[in-house]
Amino acid sequence: MWLIMTALAAVITTAIWYINAPNDKYKVGILSLFFWGATLMWLVDHVMAYLTEGGEFFEINLDATLLGISVIILALLVWEIVLLISDPKGAWKKVLKR
Amino acid sequence: MACFLVPMAEAIVTTVVQKVVEKQEVKVGVGKKERTGLTWSRKLGWLNKLLWGGTILLALEHIWHGEVVPWPPFLTAMENPADVAPMLHEVATIGVAMAVVVTLVWGIIVLIAEQKAKGLPEVKTVSTEGAK
Repeated sequence: MWLIMTALAAVITTAIWYINAPNDKYKVGILSLFFWGATLMWLVDHVMAYLTEGGEFFEINLDATLLGISVIILALLVWEIVLLISDPKGAWKKVLKR
Repeated sequence: MACFLVPMAEAIVTTVVQKVVEKQEVKVGVGKKERTGLTWSRKLGWLNKLLWGGTILLALEHIWHGEVVPWPPFLTAMENPADVAPMLHEVATIGVAMAVVVTLVWGIIVLIAEQKAKGLPEVKTVSTEGAK
C-alpha cells in the first residue's frame, strides 16, 4: 500500500512542479524527486520479493496504509525543513523585522 | 532488512562528488560557458535527491517494521548470527538492484534533459542548484 501511496504522491508533485515550471520557488521539484526515489526503490523491492517469494504484490491492510501516510508525512516534513532553512520567500526576514 | 544501506552509501559518495564538481565549476566558470544551466553539479543534484529521498523514506519503513532500531547494533538482524547472512544477501541483491535502477532512471532523465537542451539559445547562468 505504501508503494501505491508514494507513487501517487510522486505523480501529483510532478504535475504540480510541471504546472509551475520553470518557476520552482517552493522547491516542489525536490519533493517530487524524493517521492520518485522511494517509489523506484520500493518497486524494485516488491518485484524482487514477488519473484523470489511469491504471494501478493501489494500489501493492502490498515498497517500498510498507516505506513504510507507516515511516509508522505515524513517526506513533507523534510521538504518543509528544507524550505524553512533556505527560506525562498524571505519569510524569516519579514517576520523578524516586525 | 537493510537494503537501503546500498543507496545510502551511493548517496554519500554522489553528494561528495557533487560538492567537488560544483566547486570546480564555480572556479573555472563552467556555468558561463554552458549553453544552458545544465551543469554536471545540477545533474548530480537530481541523483542525490532521488537517492536521499528513497533512503530516508525506506529507513522509516525499516523502523516501522522493527528492522532498524535507535540503539546499537541498529540493525535487528545483527543481534542474531543466523540472520546476518540473509541480511547480507538482501543487501547484495535488493540493495544493489535499487541503487542500479535509480541510477539508470537518473541516466535516462539526464539523456532526455540533454536532448531537450540541444538547440537552446546561450544563457549566462552559473546555476548549479537543485531540481529547477
